[in-house]
Amino acid sequence: MTKPLKTTHLKTATGVALTAIMLFPVYWMINVSFTRDTDMRASPPHLFPFHGTLEGYRAVLDQQLPYLGTSLLIGLGTVVLTVVLAAPAGYALAKLRPRGGAVLSFVLLIAQMIPAIIMAMGFYAIYLKLGVLNSAAGLVLADSTIAVPFGVLIFTAFMAGIPEELTSAALIDGASQWRIFISVILPVSRNAVVTVSLFTFLWAWSDFVFATTLDGGGAQQPITLGIYHYIGNNNQQWNAIMATAVIASIPATLLLIVAQRYVAAGVTAGAVKE
Amino acid sequence: MPRTGVPARKRKSRQWAAWAFLAPVVVYLIAFYAYPLYRNLDLSLRHYTVRSFVQGDAPFSGLANYRTVVADPTFGTALLHTVVFTLVSIAFQFAIGLALAIFFVQHFRLSATLRALFLVPWLLPLIVSASTWSWMLNSDSGVVNTALGVVGIPPINWLTSPTWALTSVIIANIWIGIPFNLVVLYSGLQAIPAEVNEAAALDGARPWQRFWRVTFPLLRPVSAITLLLGLIYTLKVFDLIWIMTKGGPTDSSTTFATWSYRLSFGNLLPEFGPGAAVGNLLIIMALVFGMIYIRLQRRQS
Repeated sequence: MTKPLKTTHLKTATGVALTAIMLFPVYWMINVSFTRDTDMRASPPHLFPFHGTLEGYRAVLDQQLPYLGTSLLIGLGTVVLTVVLAAPAGYALAKLRPRGGAVLSFVLLIAQMIPAIIMAMGFYAIYLKLGVLNSAAGLVLADSTIAVPFGVLIFTAFMAGIPEELTSAALIDGASQWRIFISVILPVSRNAVVTVSLFTFLWAWSDFVFATTLDGGGAQQPITLGIYHYIGNNNQQWNAIMATAVIASIPATLLLIVAQRYVAAGVTAGAVKE
Repeated sequence: MPRTGVPARKRKSRQWAAWAFLAPVVVYLIAFYAYPLYRNLDLSLRHYTVRSFVQGDAPFSGLANYRTVVADPTFGTALLHTVVFTLVSIAFQFAIGLALAIFFVQHFRLSATLRALFLVPWLLPLIVSASTWSWMLNSDSGVVNTALGVVGIPPINWLTSPTWALTSVIIANIWIGIPFNLVVLYSGLQAIPAEVNEAAALDGARPWQRFWRVTFPLLRPVSAITLLLGLIYTLKVFDLIWIMTKGGPTDSSTTFATWSYRLSFGNLLPEFGPGAAVGNLLIIMALVFGMIYIRLQRRQS
């Protein structure tokens, strides 16, 4: 198969052009984050930040660091909670054939479809009564509801593919199921752990719905609320808003660079049967 | 199914082990899924005021909240907007995603890298995408109006005029949803053996015919799943609309999701009962499509 070199070059050029169009908003965010206040309302807007400024980023350093710290904390907390809950459940559903397991899988599928905004209302009523509104721990718990059903389904799918021989040898040696899970199953399930952790972190980091309902008046607020307050308070400083947005996009960017294959796996998981 | 050769005693102990492993998730689902949903249902069946919300002694009022909500003039508007927002979004996301998937499946230099870059909009936090689009669509200083001006179209008040607000949030939502459609349809296309297309080409089928007669029918199962998942995801979009327009101006971009939130949290005097009622109607809509999705997936495997 020797295709004329010209057509593949043309395809690459088309591909680059399409990608550029698709990513224009991302470029614009970066461009605006470097734009001076005086140029912000220039007409036409400057397409390149030739007179760039770091004012926006200075504002982030001055005002947004606590929000970023909180988001990091909430993201990591949600990851730990999700993996601890989902990995054992995945093992049981994949390998131990529990009676009623099919019903549980069904419930998990349904759970994924419930809009977060409705969960948020229920959580609000409960948290208000318990007096745990505006706490980072409460937010971790609420954020985990986005990830736990997904996590169990990913772990189940992955662990079902682990060969039976691996566990049966250990069983004959008299190891308990817990022992097998910890020292045989978990080590070979690294890919699933990584996929679930990455997506969980990203969802918790990006969450706005739970944050705005459950943590609107808290001392510890995540970066999504930091940006939201920014938009509400100072309509003028768009370089600072966009600089915060750029910083808030770092985890997604890192994820794409470091773990691209996990991302595609996570997106298609559940949607397409292998 | 128990396999033959496993002693009964061992099977029984395995059942115990299985449910021991599942216990945390079961407890979790009851406490943090079922209970909030139950609280939400309870909210929708009682007459709440701010005081009784805190004290928890609101009188039972049956379906009164649902009647209030359905009789509200916003109901028809929100329903129409939810349907338009969802259908227009997924139609464009799917069509563009499919075109891109067909383009990228041809493998050329850089195709894998470019395809990965297409994922960026889907991975960005919604507040980031929403605020970026808000500024791009700004009436006076937005780059979109500048671009329109170049081709001679007068500036449009994207986010501040009732005529354009819904269109604006739909545009942003299409942009966010394209990557998901691209990735899923791309993996569906990859599963179609190349020989099928080559055979059709040998029989003299032109590219366009090959697409409609061969590729598209073979892609139908994956397409159906993609569209249904898109439907379920899009029905619950809240962040994007709330951040860009708050459902306004005057309800012109209100959907069930934003209306429900506004009733409960958006006003000085919260109306928790009606808010929860709208939310539960939204759940029912999502579950109807969810059931269709699950049935479809069962049949395919």
